[in-house]
Formats: sequence, structure tokens, C-alpha cells
Amino acid sequence: MTIDTDALAGLQIGSRLPDHVQGPITRGTLALFAGASNDHVQLHIDSDYAKEAGMPDVFGHGMLSMAYLAQLITHWVPQERLRTWSVRFTAITPLHATVHCRGEVVDLFEEAGERRARLSIGAETGDGTKTLDGEAVITIS
Amino acid sequence: MIDRSFKGLVSEPRTIDVEKGQLKFFAKATGETNPIYFDEAAAKAAGHPALPAPPTFTFSLALGAPPAKGNVLGDMGVDLRRILHGEQSFTYHHPIYAGDAITLTTTTSDILDKKGGALEFVVQDTRAVNQAGILCTEMRVVTVVRNG
Repeated sequence: MTIDTDALAGLQIGSRLPDHVQGPITRGTLALFAGASNDHVQLHIDSDYAKEAGMPDVFGHGMLSMAYLAQLITHWVPQERLRTWSVRFTAITPLHATVHCRGEVVDLFEEAGERRARLSIGAETGDGTKTLDGEAVITIS
Repeated sequence: MIDRSFKGLVSEPRTIDVEKGQLKFFAKATGETNPIYFDEAAAKAAGHPALPAPPTFTFSLALGAPPAKGNVLGDMGVDLRRILHGEQSFTYHHPIYAGDAITLTTTTSDILDKKGGALEFVVQDTRAVNQAGILCTEMRVVTVVRNG
């Protein structure tokens, strides 16, 4: 399912990960994710509560999109190769949005006795709004 | 405004079981198609002793075992209608598997405000250690509170 060691050795700056798309995010998606992820914040599951808080409706958990972004990486290389990663949540993911995840190699370097790649990663909704922006470091040797 | 005396506070350690059923539920809820995350036979065929916890799952463990001291969703007194997730990072040292018992300790590393207090940022660092005493994950959560 994931790429092999020879393909990893051939990575270059500018190499892109296969795009990964999830959604659209429904109320059902949010209800299931709230339960499965232990995130019971009402903003994501109760429309009345969200509106009372000044939001147009319930909206996607940041960590739901980050879970999708994790899949971008783990569908490409085994999870054990992921050393560290971080994201900033730059916009809310609205109800009914699709989440488009992308990644690109931006650096190749040696660290801790390993050959590693730094990836620029991010997610955006179908209308082009950037929702997550970050980077990840994987080992390639 | 959040009481700045929370800055530097280290939570009590708390331990939570990594449940196989919850990992399968998490895989379903996130539309996971890679069977190593929900099919034990596939996980074992890929060399894992049990279902692996996916990369963001330490965050869910922390929500499942919140600290009594230094909980941004609890004793910090934040209005839960006004929170947003600002930033999130993970560093991995050792895998987490179904059947593990993970002990979490959370340090409130910083509390700061921007825009004259209209936004407050709570920076919390959590260490996740397994039943053998091995550090598995270090996680940083930045929570934003909209006061404006």
C-alpha cells in the first residue's frame, strides 16, 4: 500500500505526495468523530449550542482534519517513519466541506544518524480555503 | 482572562487504557481505508503486535483522561463557547498499541495574550509513557480563547 524503500531513496526536493481527499463532512461525521476521539466539545455536535456561541452552525474538529492529514502521510509511508509534525489551524472547516490534503518534500537532510525528509503539508476545503498548514519530518533510510 | 498562576503547572499523572474497540471506532469515524488500523490480522501481517494507535490518537487519550489540575476545558475556567484549536504537534519515540496503558503528564508551558487580551493562547505539553516506562509521544496543544 505504501511506497517502498527504493522509491523513498529517490525522493527529491519538490517530490509530491499523492493527494488525499476526505469528506464531505456531515453532521454524522462530526457525531462519530466526537465519540471516537473523546472530543465532546459541544461546538462540533450541537447546532443550537454552536449558534448560541455565534457560529453559523457546527463545524469540523481541527483534529478531524489533522487525522485526515495523518492519512496523507501514513498511506504514503508506514507510520513508524513519521518522526515529528506540527500544524497550525488557519481557518475553521465548515459543515459539508471536503478536505483536500497535500504534501511536498521541501528538504532532505541527515539527523540523528538518519536520512530524513522535511515535508510541507496542509489541507484546504473544496473552495480553496486553507485550513491546516504545517510540516512533517519522516525518515527515509 | 485566565489566571496566570496556571503557567508552569504540571498536572498529576493519569493513566488510560488504549482500547482496541476505540481504535476501530476511530478508524471508522475518520474514513480510514488502511486495514492495519482496524483489522488485527492485517496489523500483525504488517509486523505490529496489535492494532497501532494512529498519529493523532495521543490527543484523544489526553481528552479521555483530562487532568484535574491545569485542564483548559476544566479548572482554568475558560468559556467553552470561545475556544479554538490553534496549533498541534507530535513527536514520536515509540509506537502505541491496543492493550497499552498510557500515562500522561501535562505541563502548561505558557499562557499569553495578543491583541490587547482579545485572544489568549494556552500552550500545553503532554508526555505519553507506556506501561513499560517508555516515552512514546510528546505532544503540544495550543488552545486559543477568543475574549473579544
